[in-house]
Amino acid sequence: MKIRAQVAMVLNLDKCIGCHTCSVTCKNVWTSRDGMEYVWFNNVETKPGIGYPKQWENQDIWNGGWKRNGNGKIEPRQGAKWRILANIFGNPNLPEIDDYYEPFTYDYEHLQNAKLSETPPTARPVSVITGKKMDKIEWGPNWEDDLGGEFSSRSRDKCFDDVQKEMYSTFENTFMMYLPRLCEHCLNPTCVASCPSGSIYKREEDGIVLVDQDKCRGWRMCISGCPYKKIYYNWKSGKAEKCIFCYPRIEAGQPTVCSETCVGRIRYLGVLLYDADQIEQAASVADEQDLYEAQLKLFLDPNDPKVIEQARADGVPEAWLDAARKSPVYKMAIDWKIAFPLHPEYRTLPMVWYVPPLSPIQSAAESGAMGMNGIIPDTKSLRIPVKYLANLLTAGKEAPIVTALDRMLAMRAYMRGKSVEGVANTAVLKQVGLTESQVEEMYRYMAIANYEDRFVIPSGHREEVVDTFDEKGSCGFSFGNACSDGVSETSLFGTKKKGSMIFVDMPKSRKKIVEGV
Amino acid sequence: MDYLNNLLFGIYPYVALAIFFLGSLIRFDREQYTWKSDSSQLLKRSQLRWGSNLFHIGILFLFFGHAVGLLTPHWLYESMGLTTEAKQLLAMISGGAAGLACLAGISLLLHRRLTEPRIRATSKPMDIIILLWVFVTLLLGLTTILFSAQHLDGADMLLLANWAQHIVTFRSGAAQFLLAVPLIFKIHLFFGMTLFLLFPFSRLVHVWSGFAAVAYLTRSYQVVRQRG
Repeated sequence: MKIRAQVAMVLNLDKCIGCHTCSVTCKNVWTSRDGMEYVWFNNVETKPGIGYPKQWENQDIWNGGWKRNGNGKIEPRQGAKWRILANIFGNPNLPEIDDYYEPFTYDYEHLQNAKLSETPPTARPVSVITGKKMDKIEWGPNWEDDLGGEFSSRSRDKCFDDVQKEMYSTFENTFMMYLPRLCEHCLNPTCVASCPSGSIYKREEDGIVLVDQDKCRGWRMCISGCPYKKIYYNWKSGKAEKCIFCYPRIEAGQPTVCSETCVGRIRYLGVLLYDADQIEQAASVADEQDLYEAQLKLFLDPNDPKVIEQARADGVPEAWLDAARKSPVYKMAIDWKIAFPLHPEYRTLPMVWYVPPLSPIQSAAESGAMGMNGIIPDTKSLRIPVKYLANLLTAGKEAPIVTALDRMLAMRAYMRGKSVEGVANTAVLKQVGLTESQVEEMYRYMAIANYEDRFVIPSGHREEVVDTFDEKGSCGFSFGNACSDGVSETSLFGTKKKGSMIFVDMPKSRKKIVEGV
Repeated sequence: MDYLNNLLFGIYPYVALAIFFLGSLIRFDREQYTWKSDSSQLLKRSQLRWGSNLFHIGILFLFFGHAVGLLTPHWLYESMGLTTEAKQLLAMISGGAAGLACLAGISLLLHRRLTEPRIRATSKPMDIIILLWVFVTLLLGLTTILFSAQHLDGADMLLLANWAQHIVTFRSGAAQFLLAVPLIFKIHLFFGMTLFLLFPFSRLVHVWSGFAAVAYLTRSYQVVRQRG
């Protein structure tokens, strides 16, 4: 057993209002740069819909993720290593920028400079790539917002597989939900596996997947390898870029920007301990529908003394073990089993999980035919088909989704009984297998959602591994080469290459820490 | 004439090679963020798959063909039973085929780069210069086949091989071998050597990484980095 820790995320879709605050704050911080205009490390999609980029879930088109071979081994769906190398001159699975959208701005200046005319001047769209006027904007990062567009287009959604979708085309029966998406920081990432130059890596200490911008050569195999299409090609710099899980904030014990700014308080960040030796085995199980369970088995109980002992031996800091015991992610995913991985069938073992949304009772059911399951409504009478959610979150397996929805319905019924009628209805809890204290805690985490409950992030203690004394007076953070002195230890011309001049030797106490590592 | 000949084919090769190696080394060390293939596939897929594949496969064959053809000592292939005449014919046919594939590819790429508005707008001047330079070098190289076809005895080929072998083994008098070869070869050589000179200053540096990427075959799929 080799225990590693990861800061994982849960998004409670039941509370997402689709305001896009996460996307906008993320964009302002990380991707408001040349070559990245079309890139959204975080975006919010209205489902059903084909999403951004178009049809990203349809791996018959994009060949992302892993596939299991006859011999029980898995390999990237876009091909084994030799195949990936053979495609290096022209990647047949790479989306074109039009599959995202051509980035645009508007010719606002014209509104002020236009000559006097019969009709008011308009600000025409301008392509950010060519600088030329565009006739028409044909697609955008959120083109299907709130069921925008016709049903025939958005019903191409892959999650409609095995769902009788025609009935959802009528206004009376239609449904929608929001799906905020970011990099999944997978345990078994296909982007890492697809990179010919080895520039993408998973960090051992917190599980964040990053692209080494110096080592990336722009072979663009990661972009097609990632089934979530969450690696992007910066057409200006020629490098791949992706969600960095706001690692400078996580290292300091702060939540990511998307989580911090979420007005619906739907995001949770917490530590999960997992067994790194079992990753390949868990990703290789034969039946796609067993992948969710297989991934659950990877996560270790942070209260188990044996796990704690092994984790210490494997170098997981005490503060992280502490955080793992208080992890909201552990509670939602493992204790209560109300959160699920996004598309486990891709075999990437994603680490951003989702609580499925409840939805209003169908009008047909409401007018007398509503199915009841004890005292809570039957999940089959909810507007969003369970099969649809199962296709999204459990490779089509409905039972775990039904359990989660039932538990959330039961929580509501219990709390309603308690606070409105003054009677704690414990029968409903028994029906869904929860105790009173569990459901009270669920309520605190999901309905109240206090800041301290949502975000339990131990700091990364970079000072233990980086000689911060050397960083004094150095350049800081920049894009491109601005702060780089090169990659070799000394410069080519032999001088010591560090930012600051050190006039006073480091205190001995600090020196020890640095040398000890 | 002798002075110019010595300058271009006795001294210039070393200047070009020195800049090629040193330039690559310095850029790799100091400017790694700029070290990339600079693919434009995202912006426009059209013509790229055919163009890029034909071009790359063709030019890789040409590169190794030139290396083996010019640098294999005369006695070695003769002892293996390959006559000079047969070797020239082999070089002309295989090189010609690869050259035509490469020409088809680069024509597509050049057309795409110059006419596709998105690619044109995002091209740096060096992207266009280097593509045109390779294009001209290739055309000159293909033209030499017509001249070779008039002298199937392989004498010119031996002179060129002697020149190349003298250059890489640091023997004097290399340029003398080229006094007798037709002008077209010399122009082709000049363009070819200049390609090495331009190499570190252009996107061509990705060639180094392309060869290095073969190491991917031996790597494990997952990469985990430790803190620090």
